[in-house]
Amino acid sequence: MSEFTLSELAIVACAEVWRDEGEVLATGIGTIPRIAAGLARLTHNPALLMTDGEAYLIEEPLPLGPREEKAKFSGWMPYSRVFDAVWRGRRHALVTPTQVDRFGQGNISCIGDFKKPKVQMLGMRGFPGNSISHTNSMFIPGHNPRVFVAGEVDVVCSAGYNPARWPDGRVPASLDIRRIVTDLCVMDFGGPDHGIRVVSLHPGVTLDEVRAATGFELAVSADLRETPRPTEEQLAIIRRLDPHNLRAAAIKNNPPGIRAR
Amino acid sequence: MTRQLDKRTSLAEVVGQLKSGMTIGIGGWGPRRKPMALVRAILRSDLKDLTIVGYGGPEMGMLCAAGKVKKLVYGFVSMDFIPLEPFFRRARERGEVAVSELDEGLLNLGLRAAGMRVPFLPTRVGLGTDLLTHNPELRLVRSPYADEETLLAMPAIPLDVALLHVDYADRLGNTQIHGPDPFFDEQMARAAERTFVTAEYVVDSLAEACGDSAKRNYFERSLVSGVVYAPGGAHPTSCAPHYGWDAKHLKDYVAAAGEDDGWQRYANQYLGRDEADYLQRVGGVGHVTQLPIPVL
Repeated sequence: MSEFTLSELAIVACAEVWRDEGEVLATGIGTIPRIAAGLARLTHNPALLMTDGEAYLIEEPLPLGPREEKAKFSGWMPYSRVFDAVWRGRRHALVTPTQVDRFGQGNISCIGDFKKPKVQMLGMRGFPGNSISHTNSMFIPGHNPRVFVAGEVDVVCSAGYNPARWPDGRVPASLDIRRIVTDLCVMDFGGPDHGIRVVSLHPGVTLDEVRAATGFELAVSADLRETPRPTEEQLAIIRRLDPHNLRAAAIKNNPPGIRAR
Repeated sequence: MTRQLDKRTSLAEVVGQLKSGMTIGIGGWGPRRKPMALVRAILRSDLKDLTIVGYGGPEMGMLCAAGKVKKLVYGFVSMDFIPLEPFFRRARERGEVAVSELDEGLLNLGLRAAGMRVPFLPTRVGLGTDLLTHNPELRLVRSPYADEETLLAMPAIPLDVALLHVDYADRLGNTQIHGPDPFFDEQMARAAERTFVTAEYVVDSLAEACGDSAKRNYFERSLVSGVVYAPGGAHPTSCAPHYGWDAKHLKDYVAAAGEDDGWQRYANQYLGRDEADYLQRVGGVGHVTQLPIPVL
Protein backbone atom coordinates (compact mmCIF):
# COMPACT_ATOMS: atom_id res chain seq x y z
CA MET A 1 0.00 0.00 0.00
CA SER A 2 1.22 3.47 -0.88
CA GLU A 3 1.58 6.29 1.59
CA PHE A 4 -1.33 8.60 2.19
CA THR A 5 -1.91 11.82 4.11
CA LEU A 6 -4.34 12.44 6.94
CA SER A 7 -6.33 14.67 4.57
CA GLU A 8 -6.72 11.76 2.16
CA LEU A 9 -7.82 9.45 4.99
CA ALA A 10 -10.34 12.12 6.09
CA ILE A 11 -11.65 12.51 2.53
CA VAL A 12 -12.36 8.78 2.37
CA ALA A 13 -14.05 8.87 5.80
CA CYS A 14 -16.12 11.90 4.76
CA ALA A 15 -17.20 10.23 1.50
CA GLU A 16 -18.69 7.43 3.61
CA VAL A 17 -21.40 9.73 4.98
CA TRP A 18 -23.14 9.60 1.58
CA ARG A 19 -22.80 5.83 1.02
CA ASP A 20 -26.37 4.73 1.67
CA GLU A 21 -28.06 8.04 1.03
CA GLY A 22 -29.41 7.40 -2.46
CA GLU A 23 -30.43 10.32 -4.64
CA VAL A 24 -29.84 13.26 -2.30
CA LEU A 25 -28.17 16.58 -3.01
CA ALA A 26 -24.65 16.17 -1.64
CA THR A 27 -23.26 19.49 -0.44
CA GLY A 28 -19.68 19.54 0.83
CA ILE A 29 -18.48 22.96 2.01
CA GLY A 30 -14.69 23.31 2.09
CA THR A 31 -11.85 21.47 0.41
CA ILE A 32 -12.11 18.05 2.09
CA PRO A 33 -15.94 17.83 2.09
CA ARG A 34 -16.03 18.88 -1.57
CA ILE A 35 -13.49 16.29 -2.69
CA ALA A 36 -15.30 13.72 -0.52
CA ALA A 37 -18.63 14.35 -2.24
CA GLY A 38 -16.98 13.84 -5.62
CA LEU A 39 -15.30 10.65 -4.40
CA ALA A 40 -18.63 9.29 -3.12
CA ARG A 41 -20.28 10.09 -6.46
CA LEU A 42 -17.51 8.33 -8.42
CA THR A 43 -17.38 5.25 -6.20
CA HIS A 44 -20.16 3.99 -3.94
CA ASN A 45 -23.05 6.38 -4.67
CA PRO A 46 -23.49 7.17 -8.39
CA ALA A 47 -27.00 8.53 -7.69
CA LEU A 48 -25.78 11.58 -5.75
CA LEU A 49 -26.94 14.95 -6.97
CA MET A 50 -24.16 17.57 -7.08
CA THR A 51 -23.65 21.20 -8.06
CA ASP A 52 -20.69 23.12 -9.44
CA GLY A 53 -20.68 25.21 -6.23
CA GLU A 54 -22.13 28.12 -8.17
CA ALA A 55 -25.53 27.65 -9.80
CA TYR A 56 -25.63 24.48 -11.89
CA LEU A 57 -26.13 20.74 -11.45
CA ILE A 58 -23.35 18.53 -12.77
CA GLU A 59 -23.03 14.79 -13.37
CA GLU A 60 -19.23 14.64 -13.46
CA PRO A 61 -17.59 15.93 -10.25
CA LEU A 62 -15.42 18.98 -10.98
CA PRO A 63 -11.76 19.16 -10.02
CA LEU A 64 -11.10 21.95 -7.51
CA GLY A 65 -9.52 25.22 -8.61
CA PRO A 66 -8.41 26.42 -12.05
CA ARG A 67 -9.10 23.82 -14.72
CA GLU A 68 -8.92 23.45 -18.47
CA GLU A 69 -12.09 21.51 -19.12
CA LYS A 70 -15.41 23.29 -19.22
CA ALA A 71 -18.07 21.89 -16.89
CA LYS A 72 -21.10 20.23 -18.46
CA PHE A 73 -24.36 21.24 -16.80
CA SER A 74 -27.32 18.88 -16.42
CA GLY A 75 -29.55 21.32 -14.60
CA TRP A 76 -29.90 24.68 -12.94
CA MET A 77 -29.64 25.17 -9.19
CA PRO A 78 -29.63 28.84 -8.21
CA TYR A 79 -29.78 29.59 -4.48
CA SER A 80 -33.56 29.99 -4.48
CA ARG A 81 -33.81 26.40 -5.68
CA VAL A 82 -31.20 25.27 -3.18
CA PHE A 83 -33.53 26.53 -0.43
CA ASP A 84 -36.44 24.71 -2.05
CA ALA A 85 -34.33 21.53 -2.09
CA VAL A 86 -33.27 22.09 1.53
CA TRP A 87 -36.88 22.41 2.70
CA ARG A 88 -37.94 19.38 0.66
CA GLY A 89 -35.38 17.45 2.67
CA ARG A 90 -33.48 15.37 0.10
CA ARG A 91 -30.08 16.76 0.94
CA HIS A 92 -27.12 15.73 3.07
CA ALA A 93 -24.67 18.51 3.81
CA LEU A 94 -21.15 18.12 5.22
CA VAL A 95 -20.03 21.33 6.89
CA THR A 96 -17.44 22.64 9.35
CA PRO A 97 -18.80 24.52 12.37
CA THR A 98 -16.36 26.50 14.51
CA GLN A 99 -17.83 25.04 17.72
CA VAL A 100 -19.76 21.80 18.35
CA ASP A 101 -21.29 20.68 21.65
CA ARG A 102 -22.40 17.35 23.10
CA PHE A 103 -25.89 17.81 21.60
CA GLY A 104 -24.45 18.16 18.09
CA GLN A 105 -25.37 21.85 18.06
CA GLY A 106 -23.02 23.86 15.83
CA ASN A 107 -21.88 27.49 15.72
CA ILE A 108 -20.53 29.62 12.86
CA SER A 109 -22.03 32.93 13.96
CA CYS A 110 -19.72 34.42 16.55
CA ILE A 111 -17.60 33.65 19.61
CA GLY A 112 -18.52 35.27 22.91
CA ASP A 113 -21.55 37.42 23.69
CA PHE A 114 -23.81 37.79 20.67
CA LYS A 115 -24.50 41.46 21.47
CA LYS A 116 -20.82 42.35 21.34
CA PRO A 117 -18.88 39.33 20.12
CA LYS A 118 -15.27 38.60 20.88
CA VAL A 119 -14.95 37.27 17.32
CA GLN A 120 -17.63 37.85 14.70
CA MET A 121 -17.66 35.12 12.05
CA LEU A 122 -19.98 34.48 9.11
CA GLY A 123 -23.45 34.71 10.61
CA MET A 124 -25.84 31.77 10.89
CA ARG A 125 -25.92 31.29 7.09
CA GLY A 126 -28.15 28.31 6.28
CA PHE A 127 -27.39 26.32 9.43
CA PRO A 128 -30.81 26.69 11.13
CA GLY A 129 -32.69 25.63 8.00
CA ASN A 130 -30.29 22.85 7.10
CA SER A 131 -30.36 21.32 10.55
CA ILE A 132 -34.14 21.04 10.75
CA SER A 133 -34.75 20.14 7.12
CA HIS A 134 -32.30 17.41 6.14
CA THR A 135 -29.46 15.13 7.19
CA ASN A 136 -26.19 16.77 8.18
CA SER A 137 -22.66 15.64 8.96
CA MET A 138 -19.59 17.57 10.03
CA PHE A 139 -15.90 17.67 9.22
CA ILE A 140 -13.60 19.13 11.90
CA PRO A 141 -9.96 19.52 10.77
CA GLY A 142 -8.64 20.33 14.27
CA HIS A 143 -10.19 18.15 16.99
CA ASN A 144 -9.66 20.09 20.24
CA PRO A 145 -11.65 21.33 23.26
CA ARG A 146 -12.07 24.82 21.75
CA VAL A 147 -14.11 23.20 18.96
CA PHE A 148 -15.77 20.41 20.96
CA VAL A 149 -16.77 22.68 23.81
CA ALA A 150 -17.95 21.91 27.33
CA GLY A 151 -21.53 23.09 27.88
CA GLU A 152 -23.26 24.57 24.84
CA VAL A 153 -21.81 26.38 21.83
CA ASP A 154 -21.84 30.20 22.11
CA VAL A 155 -24.55 30.57 19.44
CA VAL A 156 -26.71 27.59 18.49
CA CYS A 157 -26.86 27.97 14.69
CA SER A 158 -27.61 24.35 13.78
CA ALA A 159 -30.14 22.63 16.01
CA GLY A 160 -29.20 19.49 17.91
CA TYR A 161 -30.41 16.85 20.33
CA ASN A 162 -30.99 19.20 23.26
CA PRO A 163 -34.62 18.83 24.43
CA ALA A 164 -34.49 22.14 26.31
CA ARG A 165 -34.03 23.99 23.01
CA TRP A 166 -37.26 22.74 21.44
CA PRO A 167 -40.67 24.40 21.78
CA ASP A 168 -42.39 21.48 23.49
CA GLY A 169 -39.27 20.03 25.09
CA ARG A 170 -39.08 17.21 22.57
CA VAL A 171 -36.42 16.78 19.90
CA PRO A 172 -38.16 16.24 16.54
CA ALA A 173 -37.92 12.63 15.37
CA SER A 174 -36.81 13.90 11.95
CA LEU A 175 -33.66 15.58 13.28
CA ASP A 176 -30.74 13.67 11.76
CA ILE A 177 -27.14 14.55 12.54
CA ARG A 178 -25.32 11.62 11.11
CA ARG A 179 -21.59 11.67 11.59
CA ILE A 180 -18.59 13.79 12.61
CA VAL A 181 -15.24 13.18 10.91
CA THR A 182 -12.22 14.85 12.56
CA ASP A 183 -8.45 14.70 12.20
CA LEU A 184 -8.46 12.10 15.01
CA CYS A 185 -11.52 9.90 14.57
CA VAL A 186 -15.01 9.30 13.24
CA MET A 187 -18.00 9.75 15.55
CA ASP A 188 -21.75 9.30 15.28
CA PHE A 189 -24.74 10.04 17.52
CA GLY A 190 -25.31 6.46 18.65
CA GLY A 191 -24.61 7.10 22.35
CA PRO A 192 -27.32 7.34 25.04
CA ASP A 193 -29.94 10.01 24.13
CA HIS A 194 -28.16 10.64 20.81
CA GLY A 195 -24.88 11.25 22.62
CA ILE A 196 -21.75 11.56 20.50
CA ARG A 197 -19.97 8.21 20.15
CA VAL A 198 -16.56 7.32 18.78
CA VAL A 199 -16.92 4.65 16.07
CA SER A 200 -13.42 4.56 14.59
CA LEU A 201 -9.96 5.93 15.40
CA HIS A 202 -7.58 7.08 12.70
CA PRO A 203 -4.43 4.92 12.40
CA GLY A 204 -2.13 5.50 15.39
CA VAL A 205 -4.65 7.59 17.39
CA THR A 206 -5.73 6.42 20.87
CA LEU A 207 -9.06 6.82 22.58
CA ASP A 208 -7.36 8.75 25.39
CA GLU A 209 -6.11 11.34 22.90
CA VAL A 210 -9.63 11.79 21.53
CA ARG A 211 -11.07 12.13 25.02
CA ALA A 212 -8.40 14.66 26.02
CA ALA A 213 -9.21 16.71 22.92
CA THR A 214 -12.97 16.79 23.62
CA GLY A 215 -14.71 19.11 26.10
CA PHE A 216 -17.44 16.59 26.99
CA GLU A 217 -17.92 12.90 27.73
CA LEU A 218 -17.87 10.61 24.71
CA ALA A 219 -19.57 7.27 24.28
CA VAL A 220 -17.55 4.55 22.57
CA SER A 221 -18.83 2.01 20.09
CA ALA A 222 -18.68 -1.61 21.28
CA ASP A 223 -17.28 -2.27 17.83
CA LEU A 224 -14.53 0.41 17.86
CA ARG A 225 -12.36 0.08 14.75
CA GLU A 226 -9.57 1.72 12.87
CA THR A 227 -10.81 4.20 10.24
CA PRO A 228 -10.44 2.49 6.84
CA ARG A 229 -7.30 3.46 4.95
CA PRO A 230 -7.62 4.82 1.40
CA THR A 231 -7.34 2.30 -1.41
CA GLU A 232 -5.21 2.89 -4.52
CA GLU A 233 -8.38 3.49 -6.52
CA GLN A 234 -9.61 6.08 -4.02
CA LEU A 235 -6.24 7.85 -3.95
CA ALA A 236 -6.19 8.04 -7.74
CA ILE A 237 -9.65 9.63 -7.79
CA ILE A 238 -8.69 12.07 -5.02
CA ARG A 239 -5.62 13.15 -7.02
CA ARG A 240 -7.78 13.65 -10.10
CA LEU A 241 -10.40 15.69 -8.19
CA ASP A 242 -7.73 17.84 -6.51
CA PRO A 243 -4.98 18.41 -9.12
CA HIS A 244 -3.62 21.49 -7.31
CA ASN A 245 -3.26 19.54 -4.03
CA LEU A 246 -5.41 21.98 -2.09
CA ARG A 247 -5.99 19.11 0.36
CA ALA A 248 -2.40 19.55 1.57
CA ALA A 249 -3.49 22.80 3.25
CA ALA A 250 -6.73 21.42 4.68
CA ILE A 251 -5.29 19.97 7.90
CA LYS A 252 -2.57 21.85 9.80
CA ASN A 253 0.96 20.75 8.80
CA ASN A 254 -0.44 18.16 6.36
CA PRO A 255 0.40 15.15 8.58
CA PRO A 256 0.78 11.59 7.26
CA GLY A 257 -2.26 9.31 7.41
CA ILE A 258 -0.68 7.00 9.96
CA ARG A 259 0.26 8.88 13.09
CA ALA A 260 3.85 8.27 14.24
CA ARG A 261 3.97 6.82 17.76
CA MET B 1 -47.84 63.08 -29.33
CA THR B 2 -47.87 60.00 -27.13
CA ARG B 3 -46.07 60.35 -23.83
CA GLN B 4 -43.24 57.87 -23.48
CA LEU B 5 -42.39 56.02 -20.30
CA ASP B 6 -38.77 56.78 -19.44
CA LYS B 7 -37.32 55.70 -16.09
CA ARG B 8 -33.71 56.59 -16.86
CA THR B 9 -32.14 58.60 -14.08
CA SER B 10 -28.79 59.18 -12.37
CA LEU B 11 -27.03 57.87 -9.26
CA ALA B 12 -27.34 61.32 -7.66
CA GLU B 13 -31.06 61.52 -8.37
CA VAL B 14 -31.67 58.07 -6.88
CA VAL B 15 -29.73 58.85 -3.71
CA GLY B 16 -31.56 62.19 -3.55
CA GLN B 17 -34.78 60.23 -3.13
CA LEU B 18 -33.46 58.22 -0.17
CA LYS B 19 -33.94 59.42 3.39
CA SER B 20 -32.11 58.76 6.63
CA GLY B 21 -33.79 56.04 8.66
CA MET B 22 -35.03 54.10 5.61
CA THR B 23 -34.98 50.32 5.29
CA ILE B 24 -33.01 49.48 2.16
CA GLY B 25 -32.68 46.05 0.56
CA ILE B 26 -29.49 45.47 -1.41
CA GLY B 27 -29.47 42.77 -4.11
CA GLY B 28 -26.73 40.31 -5.07
CA TRP B 29 -25.01 37.78 -2.83
CA GLY B 30 -21.73 38.17 -0.88
CA PRO B 31 -19.14 39.40 -3.39
CA ARG B 32 -21.50 38.99 -6.36
CA ARG B 33 -23.52 41.55 -8.36
CA LYS B 34 -23.86 44.18 -5.66
CA PRO B 35 -25.16 47.63 -6.72
CA MET B 36 -21.89 49.19 -5.58
CA ALA B 37 -22.18 52.39 -7.64
CA LEU B 38 -25.33 53.20 -5.65
CA VAL B 39 -23.68 52.08 -2.41
CA ARG B 40 -20.79 54.45 -3.15
CA ALA B 41 -23.25 57.28 -3.81
CA ILE B 42 -24.75 56.56 -0.36
CA LEU B 43 -21.26 56.51 1.16
CA ARG B 44 -20.66 60.03 -0.25
CA SER B 45 -24.05 61.30 0.99
CA ASP B 46 -25.29 62.60 4.35
CA LEU B 47 -27.68 59.66 4.78
CA LYS B 48 -27.55 57.86 8.12
CA ASP B 49 -29.46 55.52 10.45
CA LEU B 50 -30.20 53.14 7.61
CA THR B 51 -31.49 49.59 8.06
CA ILE B 52 -29.71 47.48 5.45
CA VAL B 53 -31.20 44.12 4.40
CA GLY B 54 -29.45 41.54 2.26
CA TYR B 55 -27.19 38.60 1.53
CA GLY B 56 -24.27 40.62 2.78
CA GLY B 57 -20.94 41.34 1.14
CA PRO B 58 -18.57 44.32 1.22
CA GLU B 59 -21.46 46.81 0.91
CA MET B 60 -22.49 46.02 4.49
CA GLY B 61 -18.96 46.46 5.80
CA MET B 62 -18.47 49.73 3.92
CA LEU B 63 -21.78 51.20 5.05
CA CYS B 64 -20.96 50.25 8.66
CA ALA B 65 -17.46 51.73 8.40
CA ALA B 66 -18.86 55.00 7.06
CA GLY B 67 -21.34 55.27 9.95
CA LYS B 68 -24.43 54.91 7.76
CA VAL B 69 -26.02 51.96 9.51
CA LYS B 70 -28.45 51.70 12.40
CA LYS B 71 -29.30 48.05 11.83
CA LEU B 72 -28.26 45.14 9.61
CA VAL B 73 -30.62 42.33 8.61
CA TYR B 74 -28.68 39.39 7.14
CA GLY B 75 -28.07 35.67 7.07
CA PHE B 76 -24.34 36.16 6.54
CA VAL B 77 -21.86 38.86 5.66
CA SER B 78 -18.97 37.40 3.69
CA MET B 79 -16.81 37.86 0.62
CA ASP B 80 -16.53 34.07 0.13
CA PHE B 81 -12.89 33.90 -1.00
CA ILE B 82 -12.22 36.09 2.04
CA PRO B 83 -14.72 34.50 4.45
CA LEU B 84 -14.85 37.22 7.11
CA GLU B 85 -15.94 40.74 6.11
CA PRO B 86 -13.50 42.94 8.06
CA PHE B 87 -15.49 46.13 8.64
CA PHE B 88 -18.69 44.24 9.43
CA ARG B 89 -16.66 42.22 11.88
CA ARG B 90 -15.25 45.35 13.49
CA ALA B 91 -18.68 46.99 13.77
CA ARG B 92 -20.05 43.84 15.47
CA GLU B 93 -17.11 43.41 17.82
CA ARG B 94 -17.46 47.04 18.92
CA GLY B 95 -21.22 46.63 19.30
CA GLU B 96 -21.78 49.59 16.96
CA VAL B 97 -24.82 48.37 15.02
CA ALA B 98 -28.07 46.62 15.87
CA VAL B 99 -28.53 43.34 14.01
CA SER B 100 -31.14 40.83 13.04
CA GLU B 101 -29.13 37.73 12.16
CA LEU B 102 -31.32 35.25 10.31
CA ASP B 103 -31.06 32.04 8.37
CA GLU B 104 -30.51 32.69 4.63
CA GLY B 105 -33.78 30.96 3.76
CA LEU B 106 -35.69 32.86 6.46
CA LEU B 107 -34.55 36.11 4.89
CA ASN B 108 -36.01 34.83 1.64
CA LEU B 109 -39.31 33.99 3.40
CA GLY B 110 -39.45 37.42 5.06
CA LEU B 111 -39.02 39.16 1.70
CA ARG B 112 -41.56 36.82 0.10
CA ALA B 113 -44.09 37.56 2.84
CA ALA B 114 -43.63 41.29 2.23
CA GLY B 115 -43.99 40.77 -1.53
CA MET B 116 -47.14 38.67 -1.00
CA ARG B 117 -48.44 41.27 1.48
CA VAL B 118 -49.06 38.71 4.22
CA PRO B 119 -47.82 39.31 7.79
CA PHE B 120 -45.77 36.11 8.00
CA LEU B 121 -44.96 32.78 6.43
CA PRO B 122 -44.80 29.60 8.54
CA THR B 123 -41.64 27.52 8.60
CA ARG B 124 -39.64 25.12 10.73
CA VAL B 125 -36.45 27.06 10.03
CA GLY B 126 -35.03 28.55 13.22
CA LEU B 127 -36.66 26.14 15.67
CA GLY B 128 -34.24 24.64 18.15
CA THR B 129 -31.65 27.40 17.62
CA ASP B 130 -30.48 30.72 19.07
CA LEU B 131 -32.09 32.49 16.14
CA LEU B 132 -35.12 32.76 18.44
CA THR B 133 -32.97 33.99 21.35
CA HIS B 134 -31.34 36.78 19.37
CA ASN B 135 -34.46 37.83 17.45
CA PRO B 136 -36.86 38.08 20.41
CA GLU B 137 -39.56 39.64 18.25
CA LEU B 138 -40.06 36.35 16.39
CA ARG B 139 -43.19 34.40 17.35
CA LEU B 140 -44.25 30.78 17.13
CA VAL B 141 -47.63 29.68 15.80
CA ARG B 142 -49.50 26.42 16.10
CA SER B 143 -50.86 24.87 12.93
CA PRO B 144 -54.67 25.24 12.88
CA TYR B 145 -54.90 21.85 11.16
CA ALA B 146 -54.92 18.34 12.58
CA ASP B 147 -51.13 18.12 12.81
CA GLU B 148 -51.06 21.01 15.34
CA GLU B 149 -47.37 21.46 14.62
CA THR B 150 -45.52 24.36 16.24
CA LEU B 151 -43.90 26.55 13.61
CA LEU B 152 -41.99 29.81 13.40
CA ALA B 153 -44.03 32.69 11.96
CA MET B 154 -41.40 34.49 9.89
CA PRO B 155 -42.58 38.11 9.72
CA ALA B 156 -42.63 40.08 6.49
CA ILE B 157 -39.56 42.26 5.84
CA PRO B 158 -41.02 45.23 3.96
CA LEU B 159 -38.44 47.50 2.33
CA ASP B 160 -38.70 51.21 1.62
CA VAL B 161 -36.31 50.78 -1.28
CA ALA B 162 -34.52 47.95 -3.09
CA LEU B 163 -31.23 48.67 -4.87
CA LEU B 164 -30.19 46.14 -7.53
CA HIS B 165 -27.48 45.79 -10.15
CA VAL B 166 -28.41 43.98 -13.38
CA ASP B 167 -26.76 43.29 -16.71
CA TYR B 168 -29.30 44.88 -19.04
CA ALA B 169 -32.09 47.38 -18.59
CA ASP B 170 -34.17 49.61 -20.83
CA ARG B 171 -35.78 52.98 -20.39
CA LEU B 172 -39.12 51.36 -19.51
CA GLY B 173 -37.59 49.57 -16.51
CA ASN B 174 -37.34 46.12 -18.08
CA THR B 175 -34.32 44.20 -16.82
CA GLN B 176 -32.35 41.06 -17.60
CA ILE B 177 -29.89 39.25 -15.36
CA HIS B 178 -27.46 37.13 -17.36
CA GLY B 179 -25.32 35.85 -14.49
CA PRO B 180 -25.69 32.20 -13.48
CA ASP B 181 -27.79 33.04 -10.41
CA PRO B 182 -30.41 35.81 -10.13
CA PHE B 183 -30.17 35.45 -6.32
CA PHE B 184 -33.07 37.11 -4.48
CA ASP B 185 -33.26 40.35 -6.43
CA GLU B 186 -36.79 39.47 -7.48
CA GLN B 187 -37.91 39.07 -3.86
CA MET B 188 -36.21 42.36 -2.96
CA ALA B 189 -38.08 44.15 -5.75
CA ARG B 190 -41.40 42.65 -4.63
CA ALA B 191 -40.79 43.52 -0.97
CA ALA B 192 -39.94 47.15 -1.73
CA GLU B 193 -42.06 50.26 -2.15
CA ARG B 194 -39.65 51.38 -4.84
CA THR B 195 -36.83 49.63 -6.69
CA PHE B 196 -33.88 51.31 -8.39
CA VAL B 197 -31.61 49.35 -10.70
CA THR B 198 -28.18 50.10 -12.06
CA ALA B 199 -27.17 48.25 -15.22
CA GLU B 200 -24.06 47.39 -17.21
CA TYR B 201 -25.98 48.26 -20.37
CA VAL B 202 -29.05 50.45 -20.78
CA VAL B 203 -30.84 50.25 -24.12
CA ASP B 204 -33.89 51.89 -25.57
CA SER B 205 -35.82 48.63 -25.79
CA LEU B 206 -34.89 45.21 -24.43
CA ALA B 207 -37.64 43.74 -26.62
CA GLU B 208 -35.65 44.95 -29.62
CA ALA B 209 -32.13 44.42 -28.27
CA CYS B 210 -32.36 41.04 -26.55
CA GLY B 211 -35.90 39.72 -26.57
CA ASP B 212 -34.53 36.25 -27.27
CA SER B 213 -33.31 36.11 -23.68
CA ALA B 214 -36.54 37.39 -22.14
CA LYS B 215 -36.51 34.40 -19.76
CA ARG B 216 -33.72 36.26 -17.97
CA ASN B 217 -36.22 38.93 -16.95
CA TYR B 218 -36.95 37.96 -13.33
CA PHE B 219 -39.31 40.73 -12.21
CA GLU B 220 -41.74 42.93 -14.07
CA ARG B 221 -40.91 46.54 -14.89
CA SER B 222 -43.90 47.84 -12.92
CA LEU B 223 -41.77 47.17 -9.82
CA VAL B 224 -38.92 49.35 -11.13
CA SER B 225 -38.92 53.08 -10.39
CA GLY B 226 -35.61 54.11 -11.86
CA VAL B 227 -32.84 52.84 -14.16
CA VAL B 228 -29.25 54.10 -14.05
CA TYR B 229 -26.53 53.32 -16.58
CA ALA B 230 -23.53 52.25 -14.48
CA PRO B 231 -20.94 50.16 -16.35
CA GLY B 232 -18.60 48.51 -13.86
CA GLY B 233 -21.19 49.43 -11.24
CA ALA B 234 -20.78 46.17 -9.31
CA HIS B 235 -17.02 46.69 -8.78
CA PRO B 236 -15.29 45.45 -6.63
CA THR B 237 -17.90 42.65 -6.58
CA SER B 238 -18.43 40.45 -9.63
CA CYS B 239 -20.93 40.75 -12.43
CA ALA B 240 -20.70 37.43 -14.28
CA PRO B 241 -20.61 36.87 -17.21
CA HIS B 242 -19.11 40.35 -17.71
CA TYR B 243 -16.41 40.46 -15.02
CA GLY B 244 -15.22 38.80 -11.83
CA TRP B 245 -14.64 40.35 -8.43
CA ASP B 246 -11.48 42.43 -7.96
CA ALA B 247 -9.49 40.24 -5.57
CA LYS B 248 -6.58 42.69 -5.37
CA HIS B 249 -8.87 45.60 -4.55
CA LEU B 250 -10.82 43.60 -1.97
CA LYS B 251 -7.56 42.50 -0.32
CA ASP B 252 -6.55 46.16 -0.02
CA TYR B 253 -9.99 46.87 1.48
CA VAL B 254 -9.38 44.09 4.01
CA ALA B 255 -5.91 45.48 4.75
CA ALA B 256 -7.48 48.89 5.44
CA ALA B 257 -9.51 47.37 8.27
CA GLY B 258 -6.25 46.53 10.04
CA GLU B 259 -4.90 50.09 9.85
CA ASP B 260 -5.54 53.08 12.13
CA ASP B 261 -8.14 55.20 10.32
CA GLY B 262 -8.12 52.51 7.63
CA TRP B 263 -11.61 53.28 6.38
CA GLN B 264 -10.67 56.94 5.93
CA ARG B 265 -7.58 55.84 4.00
CA TYR B 266 -9.68 53.56 1.77
CA ALA B 267 -12.33 56.23 1.21
CA ASN B 268 -9.75 58.93 0.47
CA GLN B 269 -7.87 56.69 -1.91
CA TYR B 270 -10.76 55.27 -3.90
CA LEU B 271 -14.19 56.76 -3.29
CA GLY B 272 -13.60 59.97 -5.24
CA ARG B 273 -16.16 62.70 -5.89
CA ASP B 274 -18.41 60.61 -8.13
CA GLU B 275 -18.60 57.26 -9.91
CA ALA B 276 -16.51 58.36 -12.90
CA ASP B 277 -13.78 59.48 -10.50
CA TYR B 278 -14.02 56.16 -8.62
CA LEU B 279 -13.66 54.12 -11.80
CA GLN B 280 -10.63 56.13 -12.83
CA ARG B 281 -9.05 55.59 -9.40
CA VAL B 282 -9.46 51.80 -9.59
CA GLY B 283 -7.98 51.56 -13.08
CA GLY B 284 -10.81 52.52 -15.40
CA VAL B 285 -13.92 50.72 -16.59
CA GLY B 286 -11.69 48.77 -18.99
CA HIS B 287 -9.83 47.30 -16.04
CA VAL B 288 -13.09 46.35 -14.30
CA THR B 289 -14.71 44.65 -17.28
CA GLN B 290 -11.58 42.57 -17.92
CA LEU B 291 -11.38 41.10 -14.41
CA PRO B 292 -11.50 37.31 -14.85
CA ILE B 293 -14.42 35.28 -13.51
CA PRO B 294 -13.03 33.22 -10.60
CA VAL B 295 -13.03 29.42 -10.93
CA LEU B 296 -13.91 27.78 -7.61
